[in-house]
Amino acid sequence: MPEKKNAKVLNWIQSINTKHSLGIPLILVILTTVIFFSLQDNIFEPGRISRLVNSNFRTWLPVLLLTMGQGLVLIGGGLDLSNGAMVSVGNVILALHITSADEPWHNLGIVAIVIGFGLAAGLLNGFLTVYLGLQPVIVTFATSFIYAGLALLLLPSPGGAIPREYTNVYRTTQYLGIPISLIVLILLLLIWEFFRNRKYGRFLFAVGGNARAAYTTGVPVSWVKISTYVLSGLFASLGAISYSLLTGSGFSGSGADMMLPSITGAIIGGISFGGGSGSILGAVFGGIVLGNIRRIISIVRIDSWAVTLVNALVIVIALAMPGAINLLRRKK
Amino acid sequence: MNETDVTKNLKGKRKIKVSPPVIAILIALLLFLLSGFLPAGYSTVQGAIRQGLNILRLASFIAIIGAGQTLVIISGGEGIDLSAGPVVTVGALLTYMIINGQNSLVLPVLLLVILTGAVIGLFNGLGITYLKISPFVMTLGMAGVVQGALILWTKGYYDGRVAPFMTQLIARNLVWGIPGMIFIWILIGILMTLLLERSRFGKHLFAIGVNRTAARLSGVKVNRMVVLTYVIAGAMAAVAGFFLVSYTQNAGPNLGNQYLFPSIIAVAIGGTQMAGGKGSYFGTMAGAIVIQLITSLLTTMQLPQALQQIIFGSLLVLILIIYGREKGLRS
Repeated sequence: MPEKKNAKVLNWIQSINTKHSLGIPLILVILTTVIFFSLQDNIFEPGRISRLVNSNFRTWLPVLLLTMGQGLVLIGGGLDLSNGAMVSVGNVILALHITSADEPWHNLGIVAIVIGFGLAAGLLNGFLTVYLGLQPVIVTFATSFIYAGLALLLLPSPGGAIPREYTNVYRTTQYLGIPISLIVLILLLLIWEFFRNRKYGRFLFAVGGNARAAYTTGVPVSWVKISTYVLSGLFASLGAISYSLLTGSGFSGSGADMMLPSITGAIIGGISFGGGSGSILGAVFGGIVLGNIRRIISIVRIDSWAVTLVNALVIVIALAMPGAINLLRRKK
Repeated sequence: MNETDVTKNLKGKRKIKVSPPVIAILIALLLFLLSGFLPAGYSTVQGAIRQGLNILRLASFIAIIGAGQTLVIISGGEGIDLSAGPVVTVGALLTYMIINGQNSLVLPVLLLVILTGAVIGLFNGLGITYLKISPFVMTLGMAGVVQGALILWTKGYYDGRVAPFMTQLIARNLVWGIPGMIFIWILIGILMTLLLERSRFGKHLFAIGVNRTAARLSGVKVNRMVVLTYVIAGAMAAVAGFFLVSYTQNAGPNLGNQYLFPSIIAVAIGGTQMAGGKGSYFGTMAGAIVIQLITSLLTTMQLPQALQQIIFGSLLVLILIIYGREKGLRS
């Protein structure tokens, strides 16, 4: 009975689409990944795919981590424009204070400080936006100035170094052909999946969907909202750690270019800007799509003056896709 | 919270209720007086007037971009225009490169600038209303497209000259030592206030900002209003570029970007609600002056860049805390 089987597949797709809202992001990820790989030469050479995956994901991991944090904040109905500046602070602290691989405890302490900073900065954002009721667009932009200034204060000109022992671990470690960056990503997604199906996840979506209704049914709205900012700070710290391991050096503006992609990625991944819908897996897919687009454009070698325009146009088209499909469907 | 608490709270709030633009002006006056005590600040009355006029002129550029921003934010639906930065640059570069020092081209180029900004705004508006992309993301994407088009168009080669007439009008003093830009700004301020307070457009704008469904049911063409608002915002940003380049006399690929967030912050400081439906252009003008004063103050103090950023961010948070609060769910 092919018809029934068809219905089953349709149902399955429908459930993915509704449960994780993954329809379009999933298609885009597959599409861009296929294009990316088909543009490579000698793709079937042994170890080639694995190397490509490694180089892609270790470059993308910092932004993907930020996208996950941004996704949580967006689902909760907020916005974090300061996560990039937090990465800068973390990166600067790490580059300045991690000096040699011989002192693991000292280094672990520094990492703890970076994570502590992310949590504290996120808490400040959450306090200002939720507890004092200030607009996230304005206030997290204001705090981003404070964090970026702090990074510049700590490290006025690029410098510092992460020991080679550490960066090599990040750049080359693989298990079963899967690079460590991808493993970290999958682990974090699994951890989130655990929480998503429990109280916290349900609360989060309720708060983002309709804060007033959630409040009247006894959801601790303020705490859930503040927690999303704290988590965004945590993800920014993790982003700072992975970025430092990737580049091996410190730069006070390192995170500045990550903030906007973290939002665009989350939105392409199906998270609605108003909150209450979408999924973190989708956000990661959105981030991967952005990464793929950039890689593809650099491979195709279009006129270098046109790169920015083509990149932006493709992103706008990706953003417009859900709306365009809806519009066409309604016309039918 | 019991009932007496609530009433007490209400009374307490009513006592200190001052409208945000007034607070912004008070802050601006305070900051300006403070700047006089700095070693590099003004020392005479003439010096003070000159510095004040200069700050007003610089604030005018923020406020003209902020005019479009005010309209878009009042229109609600999380309205914001992040494409304003590159649109300012486009306006400036069109002016700079095409006019190339010829007075006769000023008017046609001004029309071209307005048209270009309006077309970009049209795309924003169509994407937001018909494709249902949120304004933040749509205008952010558009910012990338405009910046990309700019790079492709100029190919890194910026050559031109502003017309002498524009320099005379905007950069120099017109009468009584007052730069012409300030008169233009006052004119725009009056027009904007009339548009918001006295026109049908303004009435409908506030209506869709408060509640789009209610507005539609009472006969407002919501989609058309939103598109029109973004068109005006785009045109305003481009015109701001036209004026800005007359002042800077020079244009580069990132000229407008530094004015984008100040223009949004000016709207917020002016008491326009980011959620839409409430606000005034008078407030935005006051907010722009506050932002420019803070920036000038930090520059004259000659602090390191890092400290300037930290202080700027902290001051902003403080100002927002003073009155930028929204009602919590409890009240």
